[in-house]
Amino acid sequence: MSRLNDANVALAKEIIARYPRPKSALIPLLHLSQEQNGYITNDAMAHLAELVGVTSAEVYGTASFYEMFKFEPVGKYVINICGTLSCALMGSEELLHRAEHKLGVKAGGTTPDGLITLEHAECQAACTEAPCLQVNYRYRFRVTPADVDSLIHDLRAGKLSDEIPAHGTLAKVRQHIPADRGVGAVAPEAATTAPAWFDGKAAL
Amino acid sequence: MTGTYAHAAGFYSGDRPRIVTSRFEHADSYSLERYLATGGYQGLRKALARPATDVHDEVKKATVLGRGGAGFPAGTKWGLTPEGVFPRYLVVNGDESEPGTYKDRLLMERDPHQLIEGCVIACYAAGLSQCFLYIRGEMAHAQERVAAALNEAYAAGYVGKNILGSKFSVDVVLHWGAGAYVVGEETALIESLEGNRGMPRLKPPFFPAAIGLYGKPTIVNNVETLSNLPWILTNGAEAYTAIGTATSPGTRMVAVSGHVKRPGVYEIINGTTTFRDLIYGDDFCQGIRNGNELKAFVPGGGSAPWFTPDQLDIPFEGPQAGAAGSMLGSGAIMVMDHTTDIPAAALTLTRFYAHESCGKCTPCREGGTWLERILRRVVDGKGTDADLQQLIEVGTSICPGDFPHASSTRLGLAAVPFPYKMTTICFVGPSAYTPVHSALTLFPEEFEARVTKRTHIPVTAVGVGE
Ligand SMILES: Cc1cc2nc3c(=O)[nH]c(=O)nc-3n(C[C@H](O)[C@H](O)[C@H](O)COP(=O)(O)O)c2cc1C
Ligand code: SF4
Repeated sequence: MSRLNDANVALAKEIIARYPRPKSALIPLLHLSQEQNGYITNDAMAHLAELVGVTSAEVYGTASFYEMFKFEPVGKYVINICGTLSCALMGSEELLHRAEHKLGVKAGGTTPDGLITLEHAECQAACTEAPCLQVNYRYRFRVTPADVDSLIHDLRAGKLSDEIPAHGTLAKVRQHIPADRGVGAVAPEAATTAPAWFDGKAAL
Repeated sequence: MTGTYAHAAGFYSGDRPRIVTSRFEHADSYSLERYLATGGYQGLRKALARPATDVHDEVKKATVLGRGGAGFPAGTKWGLTPEGVFPRYLVVNGDESEPGTYKDRLLMERDPHQLIEGCVIACYAAGLSQCFLYIRGEMAHAQERVAAALNEAYAAGYVGKNILGSKFSVDVVLHWGAGAYVVGEETALIESLEGNRGMPRLKPPFFPAAIGLYGKPTIVNNVETLSNLPWILTNGAEAYTAIGTATSPGTRMVAVSGHVKRPGVYEIINGTTTFRDLIYGDDFCQGIRNGNELKAFVPGGGSAPWFTPDQLDIPFEGPQAGAAGSMLGSGAIMVMDHTTDIPAAALTLTRFYAHESCGKCTPCREGGTWLERILRRVVDGKGTDADLQQLIEVGTSICPGDFPHASSTRLGLAAVPFPYKMTTICFVGPSAYTPVHSALTLFPEEFEARVTKRTHIPVTAVGVGE
């Protein structure tokens, strides 16, 4: 049972309608599914396949390419510790060891209580703030080993649940295009002439 | 305000002209209210009062070099769409993930309206019917800021139907990725946006401007590139080219990370600021941490061949960096001091590219993994001299012929200019070799000291051909 619920189906349809081809909505819909269930299940992929009009194998083909999609349950919090050059130069390996030690799991593992998954990550685009890590894709900058301890402590104590939504929820704000303001998807086969406004004259 | 650190993690303003970061010191720089109070959407208003071709010409005159890595002028790229073929699309590249690069995320988080205005101007100028703003999946906060800004912009009539009450209409759709570096390559970005695995398409012959999204002409532009447009349309191309140099006008965002006193993101004057200014200048990074010695630096993102102190006086300017054996890429400098273990540093980058290979080309898929494993063995002290030779052989199968590298007075090496030849579709394969080659060429003794079996090691011969 992990098809999208009714509210998410409505949202999925709104998202699909923004694209000239339904399949383009696949990655956003996979995120929606992961937000609902915490990870991507086979049932979920079958449902998304129906929604965008492809086979579930195609959905899996796309989904399995991308690191953020998980096909098995992960912790409520996924901690990603960056190990690429800028962070490595500033001591990120020590952070990873500290987290492994503190959590009692190796990178890639999940704590037995299902609360935290630890991952070794690659460059997170915060290189000047090295070493850095993300918890459910929310940043912590210039992290010290002591910060790792207190982060884990706070996650266990439930202190960060407002700031960091459970795994799967990416952005807390969504785009919404009001019906009376949107132009709608421009299909490649429909709009084969220049847009009316592209007529060599000023628009205003 | 000089040297502000407030609000935008890692950003320092300094006393320099600013184009894209001008609002960063305001705590609410991302809001529509602040944007409008600081000249926001004026460029768009001016643009719509002119014919589209005029606007396109203005951008051409400004010579806005693409900030995504390749440095191709935006106005020229827009002109490459085949005449009479519609619809045309705009895909905004907000996938920032090149090691060392940190600027697009700041622009999206701190000034999303500036980016949105840039997108709308580009669509108007080049006759693009729909815009997809692709943000890297892992950037939750940037997605929130851009989503909120788009919602505000739609409600206020800056995006969507009849923009500013004119006859011009265009949608900007927020799209987000799911974690894959190679998707930043423009054709992979398009594949991903079509709902597929993000594998690059073979080019040439067809570039996205001719055959892109759904097979239609598609302009792919970087976030920083587009963020320049509102200022250019407000102040004119002449004001823009008055800053910087003839070949590299305007400003540019650069992230300097690693072993410097004040790592940060800086908007610099294009073309004239040198690496020495950036690493040692009071206004910039203020020197190496703890008064240490500079050993090497990566001048343009993880894909760029390395520089050493010999190259400090080269300005941050494309052709000059190219002649010196490297490139500026995405504006990311990573600094290593004398305490750095060079083979281990190279390994973190090689591992990155090996890990990010999409698997389409054999030299990249296999070669990257080989490079990583062999280098790991060497770093772990279990390598042999044959391993060093093998690194070069694997690298040569990805990039045949001379590989670019910097000159070194210490080693008596002359520079081999950028670029290289390659046997792969995109630059991920060569990029796995770049750090290995730079490290081996510029610091052979660190590898020699590391390997266990010591026959004669011709590692100084890796600079073959200079
Ligand atoms: C492997 C690879 C990764 C890339 N990643 C990015 C990226 O994250 N962001 C970006 O803007 N350009 C990236 N590029 C460059 C794009 O292919 C493209 O040149 C650029 O987005 C065009 O925009 P511009 O002309 O405005 O620079 C990458 C290129 C390659 C080969
Ligand atoms: S070079 Fe590597 S990442 Fe690029 S297309 Fe080939 S296999 Fe994929």
